[in-house]
Amino acid sequence: MAVAAPALRPGARPRPGLVLALLVLAVLVVVVAAPGLVTRVDPLAADPLRALAPPGAGHPLGTDHLGRDVFARVVYGARHSLGIGVLATALAVGAGALLGLAAGLATRLAGEALARLFDVLSSFPELLLALLVIAITGPGTWNVVAAIGIAQIPTYARVVRAQTFVVRRSGYVEQAVTFGHSRARVVARHVLPNVVGPVPVLATMGLGQAVIATSGLSFLGMGPQPPAPEWGTMLAESRDYLRVASWVAFSPGVALTLSVVCLTVAGRHLQRRFEGRTP
Amino acid sequence: MTELAITRADSAPDPASNPAAGPPLVAVEDLRVSFPAAGVEAVRGLSLSIAPGECVALVGESGSGKSVTARALIGLAGSGAHVRASAFRAGGEDALTFGPREWRRLRGRFAGLVLQDALVSLDPLRTVGAEITEVLAEHDVVPRPARPERVRALLEAVGVPDPEVRVRQHPHQLSGGLRQRALIASAIAAEPELIIADEPTTALDVTVQAQILRLLADRKAAGTALLMISHDLAVVAAVADRVLVMKDGLVVEEGPAREVLTAPRHDYTRALLAAVPSASPGHRRSARSPGAAPRGPVLAGTGLSVAYGSRRAVDDVSFRLHAGETLGVVGESGSGKTTLARLALGLLAPDAGEVTLRGGPWSALPERRRRPLRPAVQVIAQNPLDSFDPRHTVGRLVADPLSALPKRRRRERAAELLGRVGLPPELLGRRPRELSGGQRQRVAIARALASRPEVLICDEPVSALDVSIQAQVLDLLAEIQAEDGTALLFISHDLGVVRHLSDRVMVMKDGRVVEEGDAGEVFHHPRHPYTRELLAAVPRLPE
Amino acid sequence: MTAALPARPPTTPTSAARPPVRRRLAALRAPAWLGAPVRRLVSAVAVLWAAATTAYAALLLAPGDTVDILVGDGADTPEIRAQIVAEWGLDRPEAVRYLSYLGRLLHGDLGRSYQLQRDVGEVLAGQVGPTVRLTLAAAAVGVVLALVLAVATAGRSVWPRRIVSAAELVAVSVPQFVIGIVLLFVFSFSLGWFPVSGAADPQALVLPALALGLPVAGVLGQVLREGLERALEQPFAVTARSRGLSERAVVARHALRHALLPAVTLTGWFTGVLLGGAVITEALFGRPGLGRVTMQAVSAKDMPVVMAVVILSAAVYVTISALLDLAYRLIDPRLRSV
Repeated sequence: MAVAAPALRPGARPRPGLVLALLVLAVLVVVVAAPGLVTRVDPLAADPLRALAPPGAGHPLGTDHLGRDVFARVVYGARHSLGIGVLATALAVGAGALLGLAAGLATRLAGEALARLFDVLSSFPELLLALLVIAITGPGTWNVVAAIGIAQIPTYARVVRAQTFVVRRSGYVEQAVTFGHSRARVVARHVLPNVVGPVPVLATMGLGQAVIATSGLSFLGMGPQPPAPEWGTMLAESRDYLRVASWVAFSPGVALTLSVVCLTVAGRHLQRRFEGRTP
Repeated sequence: MTELAITRADSAPDPASNPAAGPPLVAVEDLRVSFPAAGVEAVRGLSLSIAPGECVALVGESGSGKSVTARALIGLAGSGAHVRASAFRAGGEDALTFGPREWRRLRGRFAGLVLQDALVSLDPLRTVGAEITEVLAEHDVVPRPARPERVRALLEAVGVPDPEVRVRQHPHQLSGGLRQRALIASAIAAEPELIIADEPTTALDVTVQAQILRLLADRKAAGTALLMISHDLAVVAAVADRVLVMKDGLVVEEGPAREVLTAPRHDYTRALLAAVPSASPGHRRSARSPGAAPRGPVLAGTGLSVAYGSRRAVDDVSFRLHAGETLGVVGESGSGKTTLARLALGLLAPDAGEVTLRGGPWSALPERRRRPLRPAVQVIAQNPLDSFDPRHTVGRLVADPLSALPKRRRRERAAELLGRVGLPPELLGRRPRELSGGQRQRVAIARALASRPEVLICDEPVSALDVSIQAQVLDLLAEIQAEDGTALLFISHDLGVVRHLSDRVMVMKDGRVVEEGDAGEVFHHPRHPYTRELLAAVPRLPE
Repeated sequence: MTAALPARPPTTPTSAARPPVRRRLAALRAPAWLGAPVRRLVSAVAVLWAAATTAYAALLLAPGDTVDILVGDGADTPEIRAQIVAEWGLDRPEAVRYLSYLGRLLHGDLGRSYQLQRDVGEVLAGQVGPTVRLTLAAAAVGVVLALVLAVATAGRSVWPRRIVSAAELVAVSVPQFVIGIVLLFVFSFSLGWFPVSGAADPQALVLPALALGLPVAGVLGQVLREGLERALEQPFAVTARSRGLSERAVVARHALRHALLPAVTLTGWFTGVLLGGAVITEALFGRPGLGRVTMQAVSAKDMPVVMAVVILSAAVYVTISALLDLAYRLIDPRLRSV
């Protein structure tokens, strides 16, 4: 009987996969913040005489079809590929959480209406919604941020509304009502904290998807315009030289995959921890 | 009420005294089951044998290892379990040498398993007929063309009316009792010599429980051995020949049922028996303070009705609750008792009728005006964990109603309150998930007391607890009432528990009050047939 | 935020005044047997309406003159401008404009591309075939792979599970076009087994379907395996084992149906992944199809085509989710009787 539910064990052995993922993410943060620390080579400097040179001295990851250093381009590309993902996620999470909370706390009729709207919007393929935005605004870095951010708002709004609903109907909120607390106090002390709690977890998981979407749009030529380095754009350019110079595709592909895998691992860990605390 | 005992005495003589009984169906010595991954040793050296036609009961509280033992006997302890025994024979073979194939041959054919709640123990996505046919097909009991007829016959044998209709239905379309009968039909389909029943009646209403126990007794009378697992000594008293009492993975006492239940030797058994709240007459608490009655009721309801769609959850119910007294509300599931609790709490507006507090309006008030009065009416729910904000520590939880006090005073008061419910102040910093079930319910009580309520509404407050913990919590409630003169509206499906605490009792059925009166009167001389049926159905310990 | 709070506290009705709206409306409800299909139809129409409106709102919200936007990068002559004004009713009041737009859609008229000088419906119809083949093949790859892996590894020993779940993690995390490039490099450029691009022969479908289907297999596989493992711990699975069933039979006859339920609810999401992914996959493998039309339209700012694609994909979503709702009811009898 004394056996309580297994509490979170803070001293549990660290999972090697998680540690590795966090290390990679730390490196990525440095690369995004200060690419100049990692390489002194100019990612835009073309050298047609050394086009499609294989990895070797001077160019650790080889050069592309214009003779630009692939390593430098991958390093500087992180800022675009990951930066756009972060900004778009921030936009989507911020707007989505506000809308979701509003829908969850509104009167029954208004809440239902908003919820149906989120359902409908989140049923569109995100990429097509983003392309609709791009069709109006045209390609470019900031337009991609807006496109991906807007396309993901309904997803977050939906989750936050559902969570608000669960919390509103929970036993502990009802209990707080029986204490005679004011409605504002119940919302501030019990509803909001329990709704907002899972949002960072969601955002971490969503960031990986936003990075995939960013590189996808860039791959389609809608992202940061050439010659700016971006992983998706680099991959698109590499396709024509795949037979003779696979290294041009290899590096941005690995960088992209590694980033998303690490974000997913970290996000899942956060989620497990969170679920462990609140059943 | 003594029907069951008679059946047993008539049809199943004590196998120990019956030389005709063959070798045991199952015999295990020094059984040990551990779960290395979780670091748990669930069973620590148990010996058990079941003779043909015999009923053995394994009794213990949660975590005692009784369910794990039952499952290990048919090789179903689980993939994470490590099972050892010095000797283990099942169905006349050496089970220590069994691989998965041998176990599978035995399961269903040699032993059938009946679990707690048929709503989840039968596959909810398949029809009752498909579930029973599966056993017939797996062991090829009868040829394929004869199977539908056999399924029908089996359902009939366990007392399911209209078997032709039921075979095509899914578990959720059947009542709790019928579902459990269908589950038993599937367990006996391959005519096993042994039925293992793991808490077979725990999820059922008391009247249905009596029917299922009778059905199991019938199977035993027909010659099937029975291993019955229960937390409830009174439940097994009706059918068991022998009783094994388990605690922490060990058998602490073992013997013929009558002996163990009437003359227990081990302290733990004695404690368990003493803790069983009894619904039998002659056990009555008198706590009502004499001066309270003339002052009029603290909380009263008149002509309350609530309908959900076309169903009337509460139908023209009136009640009066005086200071310092306990009004027990008894009813089976669906009787409307929880809806009544929500009405009394002012969480639900009645469609008709009114609840008054100290003679003034309560249910009729707008929420804004009710709010200042709310501290006077507090609630203790069945599952305290649901009512705790998952982010908060015990200290914050208990202090939550004390928003009027300055911060420092709040913490002191929270520690005082914990002390009152018998918990050490060290628990203030802990999270509810780290506490045991009994501790959590004490925290819930401490929090309910924080606002010095005049009325405590207890909705099945001990139903989720082990019987020994139940008794402690009930005693605590009684103590608080004696000290503070709090009025209790005590709601439970368990007549024994209600009997233990109540001055007056209301019996509810289908949203209506069928009988109301002084507790002793209702339990001694029930007037309504339903009350009599309820009382007759309560399993009893032998006197 | 508090301004948006309900008149009642955030639980079931608390203020005593009147019975809740829901109860008063109950009398007006359609009979139960009619309820589900009607609700289904209403919500399908709502989704289509919202899709059309979203596309329309995008057109309105876009900065600049509507005629300019509809012309896009196409030829800009006074005749075309006059045609646009007439067809979109731009000389009439806002409300009329919007309603005539909806009315046109209702008749199945998706409008006209002023750049291609063709009806949008006609433009899209010519390209539907290859995209349908691609998405169906990818869906098949995803579903079959996920089922096989989930059934093979659920509740099994640690190692195969770990490997498969790591593979799933990668499949979920790698963008479709990266998978596609790897496949191209290995199977087309290095091994020469499959053509690099085009859609001429069935062989050309293999790599695109894999590239599009693998991420779906990753997510679906995880959901199915978790569902299977949860189902295998339920009491009904214990009961099934106690009847002598083998683990394989418990999975096949009992657990799998339970595991399918959460997977079915994800179908809307898969539809989106497949439709969106088709755009990228077609670009990478140089396949004809709706995706390529969409990209050309986006690049050329051919709004009528982009709007039509959004509406069309909503229609696909509505159809598929209606079918799956039906499937859900078939799998779960508990939904049939209520």
